[in-house]
Amino acid sequence: MTKTDKVFKALADPSRRKLLDLLYASDGQTLNELCEHLDMTRQAVTQHLAVLEAANLVVTTWQGREKLHYLNPVPVYEIYERWIAKFERPRLRALRELKKRLEGEKDE
Amino acid sequence: MSKSKFMYVTYIRTTPEKVFKALTEPEVTRQYWGHENVSDWKPGSPWKHRAADGSGTVRLVGEVVEHTPPRRLVITWASPADAENKAKHTRVTFDVEPIEDMVRLTVTHDELEPGSEMEQGIVAGWPRVLSSLKSFIETGTALSTWAGKK
Repeated sequence: MTKTDKVFKALADPSRRKLLDLLYASDGQTLNELCEHLDMTRQAVTQHLAVLEAANLVVTTWQGREKLHYLNPVPVYEIYERWIAKFERPRLRALRELKKRLEGEKDE
Repeated sequence: MSKSKFMYVTYIRTTPEKVFKALTEPEVTRQYWGHENVSDWKPGSPWKHRAADGSGTVRLVGEVVEHTPPRRLVITWASPADAENKAKHTRVTFDVEPIEDMVRLTVTHDELEPGSEMEQGIVAGWPRVLSSLKSFIETGTALSTWAGKK
């Protein structure tokens, strides 16, 4: 599986998306803190976190004896660049052209 | 209120030396970051982040805390208005680790004031900078990250 496949696969699951949202709301949480917000066994949460980590969407760091989980948005940004921005750009250009024509190129 | 911390990781198919150069040499940083990172990189020395658009505008300043090429760079990071106000300085740590034929670059940005303008700026900025750096090193083409600001 390529890196991109792993990211899409990780994002395809609602529980994993919920975990990312939880980290977005409050970054650097422990497994226990994350479990409090989820109606899932600790083992299931651990497995979801492992998939997110393999996709590089979550990174971990130790603070004393606590393992903290951080949201890593870099792979999501790469998907945005590769799969969204690329297709948006021609349309945005067309809109800009239209605006220019309608406004008589006043702002140029 | 406690300070906030963010972590950003990207894997780049290259060597630690190339990544380190890309962080510390102005003629390289300008090509994917739109800015030049300028310093002699000695611990205690100042560094600045200068726009590469010819204006010479300094957007960020700070101090070099640790410089261990090609593995680790630690700097403080502040807006020029807060240059003298050390309490407002945030901290950025770059860790460069070789993993098989790749390099894992970890950027840890901490000592941030929650909700501050600086926090908002870096949260929007790092994913773009790191994606652009990866693209630049692997393909020779940076993302058009700063195209709109020129």
